[in-house]
Amino acid sequence: MRMMLALMRSGFRRYSTYRQATAAAAATNTIFGMLRCYVLLATAVAATTTVGYDVPQLSTYVWVGQGIIGVVMLWGPAELAEKVRTGQVVSDLLRPVNPIWTYLATDLGRAGFSCLTRLVVPVAFGAIFFPFYWPRHWWTYGLFACSLLAATGICFAIRHLVNLSAFWLLDIRGITTAWLLASGIGSGLIFPIDFLPGPAAAALKFGTPLPSIVQFPADVLVEHGGAPGQLQRVALQFGWVVVCLAAAFAVQHRATRRLVVQGG
Amino acid sequence: MVSRLRAYRALLVAQIRGQAQYRASFVMEMVGQSTYTFMDFAAVLVLFRVTPAMGGFGLWQVLLISGLAICGFSAADLAVGNVEQLRQYVRTGLLDAMLIRPRRVLPQLLAIDFQLRRVGRVVFAVVLVAVACAHVGVDWTWWRVLLVVGTPIAAAVFYAGIFVLTASVAFWWIDSGEFANSFTYGGREFATYPITIYGSVFRRVFAFGIGFAFISYYPALAIMDTPDPLGMPAWFGALGPAAAAVMTAIAALVWRTGLRHYEGTGS
Repeated sequence: MRMMLALMRSGFRRYSTYRQATAAAAATNTIFGMLRCYVLLATAVAATTTVGYDVPQLSTYVWVGQGIIGVVMLWGPAELAEKVRTGQVVSDLLRPVNPIWTYLATDLGRAGFSCLTRLVVPVAFGAIFFPFYWPRHWWTYGLFACSLLAATGICFAIRHLVNLSAFWLLDIRGITTAWLLASGIGSGLIFPIDFLPGPAAAALKFGTPLPSIVQFPADVLVEHGGAPGQLQRVALQFGWVVVCLAAAFAVQHRATRRLVVQGG
Repeated sequence: MVSRLRAYRALLVAQIRGQAQYRASFVMEMVGQSTYTFMDFAAVLVLFRVTPAMGGFGLWQVLLISGLAICGFSAADLAVGNVEQLRQYVRTGLLDAMLIRPRRVLPQLLAIDFQLRRVGRVVFAVVLVAVACAHVGVDWTWWRVLLVVGTPIAAAVFYAGIFVLTASVAFWWIDSGEFANSFTYGGREFATYPITIYGSVFRRVFAFGIGFAFISYYPALAIMDTPDPLGMPAWFGALGPAAAAVMTAIAALVWRTGLRHYEGTGS
């Protein structure tokens, strides 16, 4: 546990040194926030169905979503895959702790730093310049924190799985593209997945971990579906944390048995 | 001249062969990239499930605007999209290696990571434009034909300029992260929808300041023979090539200045 905390701190510190990159990312998220916000609000003007969001909720949904993708790091760099390709991964595997724990701890530290920067900037911008929905109940903030933590865990596990495919494929660009596609639409980043036809939305919501990464934390914050809706979403998320991490452990176990260090 | 081109061709062919080696990844990405364009189009369809109109335009009208933008963007992305790798090349010092070769830097940079798999997107976007035209019922005249054919070309040149211009930022600001994406991918997203949906300040900057309105929205209005709700004259639809020319000139200037300014990172 002490080791995990130390790694979290180092992850936090590592990312706090990338000041320019953080500023650039926050600015990018804000510009995309404006694009997506205007697009969604345009649908609300003449909407025949609002699928349970009013205008301030829809706008807040977009801005919080833009912050969340920074916290969970929806599209992270392929660091591990590069290590697999070069064979460097051996030094991580030689350590007495399963690398999933060390990577996860570092990632949580990074997410903590992102909460203070990449989450705050777009949300503040949205709150100042756009209609904004402030949570009506105090417990929403606590639930949002839990929801965000779960989202970070799920996203970490999936990114780890994407990277692990390098043990079989070496070049993971194909898988990365697939993930980019699936996560962009399925996570609810571009529009709430309730915009999709009923069966498709239900399949995505209950059959995949994708909405747990962006839509559910955002839904929790705008109190979509009230307290029962919030609790149901957070519970579902923690279920997916367990499933995704278990999958990551299982796949990594098989992957390390395939490992061939190619010279060098 | 011929020997010069041959060098670039060799780089290109080697690159394509190299990528085809990892066959599973190549096929997946080929499919993925085509699906990508489909998703842009699908996003518009999904939004129209909850609303009958966006910014005063119906589904097929918006899809014509989207088609022109996506067509131009995909072609630019295919040709010069990987210039966005410049940041990595500056950071790792690979750019130094290119500078000492007796060839121009930009074509080398483009050839070194050329992604043939992006071709599927262009084909898809062309089909989208054709289908959208059929649905909105265009009253064909010679200059409308010229607009339908010419706009994606102008848009492609325009986006290529945006790609080079935003990538050049890396000469001054290596840690700029995805900031360039705001104007490349963000620019595609902006031009996918009618500019009437955006707030006035944001619209002024992106539509007129940078010029995204001239490569999809105004040409589409002219093709459909629809008056602009914002009150601009119909000949705005013909400004695509002018916008592309201005953008290319700015991009060339900034690229050259940046390359002269380049000092290397010491790696």
